[in-house]
Formats: sequence, structure tokens, C-alpha cells
Amino acid sequence: MPAVAGVVDLTRFDVEEFLRGEESKDLLRFTTAGSVDDGKSTLIGRLLHDAKGAYEDQLKQAIRGGEIDFSLLTDGLRAEREQGITIDVAYRYFSTPKRKFILADTPGHEQYTRNMATGASTAELAIILLDASRGITTQSMRHAYIASLLGIPHIIVAVNKMDLVNYDQEIFQRLRAEFAPFLTRLGVNNAYFVPISALKGDNVVDLSKNMPWFDGHSVLHQLETVNTKLATVEAPFRMAVQRVVRPDMTFRGYAGQILSGVIRPGDEVLAQPSGRRSRVERIVTYDGDLKVAHAPLSITLTLADEIDISRGDMISAGPEPASSRSIEATMVWFNAQPLDPARHYLVKHASQMAPARVEAVEYRIDVNTLHAEPVTSLAMNEVGVVRLTAARPLFFDPYRENRGTGAFILIDRQTNATAAAGMIVAAAETGLESAADRLARLVRAVVPQGAHLNLPDEDEEAVAVVRDALKGILRHA
Amino acid sequence: MAWDISHLQALEAESLHIIREVASEFQRPVMLYSIGKDSSVMLRLAQKAFYPGPIPFPLLHVDTSYKFKEMIEFRDKMAASVGARLIVSSNQKALDEGANPFRLGTERCCGLLKTQALLDGLRAGNYDAAFGGARRDEEKSRAKERVYSFRDTLGQWDPKNQRPELWNIYNSRIEPGESIRVFPLSNWTEMDVWQYIHHEDIPIVPMYFAQEREVLVRGNSIIIPELAITQPRPDEKLQRMKVRMRSLGCSPCTGAIRSEADTLPKIIAELVAAKNSERENRVIDHDREGSMELKKREGYF
Repeated sequence: MPAVAGVVDLTRFDVEEFLRGEESKDLLRFTTAGSVDDGKSTLIGRLLHDAKGAYEDQLKQAIRGGEIDFSLLTDGLRAEREQGITIDVAYRYFSTPKRKFILADTPGHEQYTRNMATGASTAELAIILLDASRGITTQSMRHAYIASLLGIPHIIVAVNKMDLVNYDQEIFQRLRAEFAPFLTRLGVNNAYFVPISALKGDNVVDLSKNMPWFDGHSVLHQLETVNTKLATVEAPFRMAVQRVVRPDMTFRGYAGQILSGVIRPGDEVLAQPSGRRSRVERIVTYDGDLKVAHAPLSITLTLADEIDISRGDMISAGPEPASSRSIEATMVWFNAQPLDPARHYLVKHASQMAPARVEAVEYRIDVNTLHAEPVTSLAMNEVGVVRLTAARPLFFDPYRENRGTGAFILIDRQTNATAAAGMIVAAAETGLESAADRLARLVRAVVPQGAHLNLPDEDEEAVAVVRDALKGILRHA
Repeated sequence: MAWDISHLQALEAESLHIIREVASEFQRPVMLYSIGKDSSVMLRLAQKAFYPGPIPFPLLHVDTSYKFKEMIEFRDKMAASVGARLIVSSNQKALDEGANPFRLGTERCCGLLKTQALLDGLRAGNYDAAFGGARRDEEKSRAKERVYSFRDTLGQWDPKNQRPELWNIYNSRIEPGESIRVFPLSNWTEMDVWQYIHHEDIPIVPMYFAQEREVLVRGNSIIIPELAITQPRPDEKLQRMKVRMRSLGCSPCTGAIRSEADTLPKIIAELVAAKNSERENRVIDHDREGSMELKKREGYF
């Protein structure tokens, strides 16, 4: 049955059959990372074109010198066209007879680690590009690291530009042998390696005659068949309450999107922070009550008992989510203004927002070497592990186990910028603040806004710097 | 046990989450209601998000006065049937001065009657969040639009300075006078919208269905001459043909297409066969290279 634009014989097209087929399609979100030279845009253009995700008028705009320049299909904003590179996350949509796809297309340059993290956050699969003619670069390693950091469950490693190395099987095997152990170190054990030429179309949609030695599947075949939903549904039930629905005195429901797991009427649930337990009475939707609901559906629950639940609360079943004000988390720093332990932040986690403070930066991870380095701050595009304390308890699971309850963003209270993305590692001991951090906060209370203090790491030296600063203020007062 | 859900269920779940989040975190949300098919879907999603409660925000329609009559009738009927308050905003001053696309050109006309009227309407209601039905697949510059699109105190969009958006966690912090535009249909495609309308039996403006009409063919455009300013010139004459609208806008600037599609399945079949993306029939996108991006920077949706 034809299901793509442009090739349909309408006289023989059965729309009812088409709609039945469409309704059974599921959705896969995936991301690509690669630099300008890796041929990432060409690969995407090729997928869009061969899967008929691009419309003809877009194709017309992408013709240069009589041939389609696939990379032009995915370039977006004006400034980027001028620079000739993509510098933000662009979302692309296409479908095949088997599945619908949302592609988060992200740039590969080092300074745009944050965009890569953004694209990876919602992805269930990542395509990482290696250049067969250049070998493994630090950039490919960085992409793999970020994909693993953001917990993308499936990875395809596309070894591109095989046409430039005469489709040599040995080169492909050597790159795979080199890269696979690195992925294993990152905790990625199921990466799927495919030798391709995005430019020529080899092994992108169809298997290529140029590489008869390859006995695997094409990139598109993997995209169409990989199963990505199980982990989320098999995790314990979690739903953050977005809103209490109370149209009249007879109805009180809790609206939210199921972050993980399955729920049925009669199931016992726990509400946090109250710690009260009750049973699910109904799963209410506009289309009627449900007998069972699972992630990621948006539902409204009613409970058998009147218990106090409001926005920001967590309803769960099975093993309890951890509850702690202090957490250890890996963060990707997004903001031009570096992390400042003395600054006020807000943490947004699930459906709650709470004032928060970064107690300490434990170490920074060099995204190119994966080495840990001791630091006191994180700058834009840097990744590090921090200890963070919120004004109220957060109800969470480790991000590795549950992306829905393990993720948060950090907002700068003064500028409202999204300062960082965080992935919870575990609850942290409520550590004592260092003298330097405490002083820095005290000073901020008296020093005019905008003044910056660069405090040394050593508490004693920091105390001396602050003492001098305070003396200066008193002299002027 | 199969835990797969269809793409439409996944998109719906995401949209409900967005709509609930905005209604809970903002003081004065409003839903831009443009009467088109995307607005129809957005309205249904709003009903679902708060069921069995009512939609907790008003609808705002920016009326250029050049909309099709059938659109306005449909608008009033829908607002009444979902029980939402409808607010209409127009740039009356510009209209009194005779603003129309032929005199001003589409770019200036849109600027006055759409962008300005929208900004005025948002300011008058002091709205801090406005839902819009735009989709990322509509046009290249929209592919990078956020779900929460931050606007400064003048309502302007800065493509270089967008907030990163991760997972389903949205940053709702703004200062007084600032606002956000919210796009709950960001991840829907045109095909998803039509399939959802079909699956959910959502009412849409009858002009989407092909019927015999008196039309004016001018260049590549098929114009439905409802207004004084779209009457045939002396050298033109009206023709009868079966046409429908692929997207709804102002009658002078939104062309019809020849079509036999008078039912939803036929529209979907036509879409499957379509070789041109939907906005091709709208004059305004082709003003100049990247024109949609320019309009957005100025505050257009």
C-alpha cells in the first residue's frame, strides 16, 4: 500500500485502509549529532528525501547546480544560512509506512554541547556519525558521551563516507573495534554499527550493493524496528500532579502526565510530600474512564480517600521515590553566566519549582577526554557533578533508572534564564556549606548588585578576601 | 503485553501536558483562536486537558475584517459550544484609514491588521501567556521554534536568544510585561492534524471541503470574491469551479485550490498525493526570502 506523498495513484488509493494503517503507527523521537564535515545534514536530507519527508517546493529550494544539495533541506534560520552551519536544534518530521519520526537535528560544534543535550533529552535513539575517511575524532566521542549522559536508550553508529574509502570492509571493522569499547565504558552496550554513504545513499534506506559484505540492516530499517517504550512502562508508576481539577464540590481529580509505569483503578498509591496512601478510584479522561493507563498518557486520577494533594506533589505506586532536599546531580551548564554557588537559583523538577542553591561543584568532566577535574564553577557548555539543595524536598528516582523523575532544570532567579539541565544521581548528605560559600552569600547581601567576587578555593584565603571587601564597603558607608 | 501507543495518542498526551502546565503556572493565559483546523484541534485539546472542568482561559481572535464570513459564523458557534469566553481584537484605527492588502502590500497589511492587533489584544488583556496553533513542520524557520517562545516587553522574538528546552520541563519564569507564546501543537504535522480531526470527529469550517463556488482566477491564485476589494476587474470575469481551502486566512490573500475532496477521507487522500506544502497557497510567505522569520521577530505568530 502506498503511504508516501507523490507516488500515489489516487484511483486505486484506499483511504480507509490508509487511515487504519496510519492509526497503528507509533512515534519515534531520535537525534543526530555530527559536525558540518561529517555529512550529518546530508544524511538527514537523504532520509527526508528518500522517505518522502520533504515536500517538492522545499526540494526545489535545495537544488544547487542541477542536483539536490541534501544539506540545504535542513538548514534553518537566516543567520545560519549566512554562516552555512546549523547552530541550534531543529526538529524535522517524516513518516514511513511503518512509523512516524521526530528528528531533533543538533549541531556538533563543541560550543554547542548544550544544544546537543537539548536534542538528546527527548530522544529514544541517537545516530552518531563517524567519518570513515578520518577515523574517530574527539567530536564523535563527545557526541557518544552526551548521548549516554542524557540516557538515550538506543544508539546507531553510522560510519559515513564509505564511498571515499572504496567501501572497504576492513576500515569499517577497524573503526567498530576501536569505538565499541569506548561506548561500553559509557554504559552503552547495544550500539548498532552501519557502514553508509549519505551522499550516495548506501545503506541509508536500502542495503547497498557496494557493500555486499555487510550482513546487517540499513539505518532506516533500524529506525523503523527498534523498540523503545518498554523501559518507561516497566518502571514503577510515577505521576507529578500538574493541577487539581475541581469543577464542583462532587469532583476532585489530579491531572498529570504519567512519567513512568502503569496504573489501574484499585491500585494503592502514595502521595508525596504528605506520605498518605489511598487507592485509585477512577482514571478519568474526556473520552471516558480507562481501565488501565500507562506512560506517557496524560490523565486525571480520582482517589478513594480525601487526602491533601496539590500541584507539585508526586503520586506513585510500587517502590517509593526518594525524597530529599539535597541531591547529587550531573549538570550541563547552559548559561553564559557561569555557575555561582552564591547565586540564587530555582530548580524545576517534575511539576514543582523551588528555590535552590548549588552547595558545591564536586568536579567537572572534560567532554573530550572524560577526565574529572576539580573546579569551583561550571561555564557554558561544561558538564560537572554538583551537590544541590532545594528549599523543599524533591521526589525522584535516579536519572539512570527513570528519565521522567530524574531530570530537572535550573533557572537563574535574577535573569530567568535556563541556566542548566540536571540529571539526578542520588540523594546527597546535607553537607555543611564551606566557609567560602557561606561568606560569598553574606557578601552578596551587602555588596551592590552586579559586583563580583572571585573567591579563592581555600577557606582561609577566601575569608581574607571577604574581610578586605567588607572593610572597603564600611569605609564608603 | 503491548504498551505501544499510537503517534496520535503520544502527541495528544504531550499537548495536554503543555496546556495544563501553562494554565497552572501563568497568571493570565489566553488561547489564540484563528478558526482554522489547527485551532480546532487546539480547542479540543484544551477541553480534554481540564475535563470534567471547563477551559480556564478565554479565546482571543484577531479579526482583520477580511476573514471569510463562514469563518466568523463558525467561530461564534464553537466558542458558544465549548462554553469559552471569546475576545475579538481588531486594529480599528488602521481599518478606518482604509488598510487593505492591495493598498499597503501584504507585508504592511499583515503588520497592521494581524501583528499590531494581536499585540494590542494581548496588552489590553494583560495576558502573560498566549497559546498558538503553529506547528514546526509548517515552515523552515518554525522548525527551531520552542514550545514556550519567550517574548520581550514589545512582544518580539529573538531567534538568537531562545531558552533551551529539555525533556518536558518548561521554564515559565518571566518579568512583568514580558510574555510567552506557547505552541502545544509544535510536534504535530499537517497529516497528524487531519488524522486527529478524523479520529476525534472534530468540527471544522465547511470551507475546507470542496464545493462549487464562483471564483476569480488571478495569476496562479484562485480567489473567492466575498469583498468589495476582491471583485473582478473590468478585464476579469468570475468562473464556477469546485474548490476548497487548504488553509484559512484573509479572503484576499488566501487562495483556494481546485479539488474534489468533499469529505475528510478525500481531503486526507488529497493530502497524501499533494506535492506542495500547504503554505504555498498563501501569498504572505513568499514576500521575500525568509519572510516568515522576519514577521515572527516583529511579533507575528
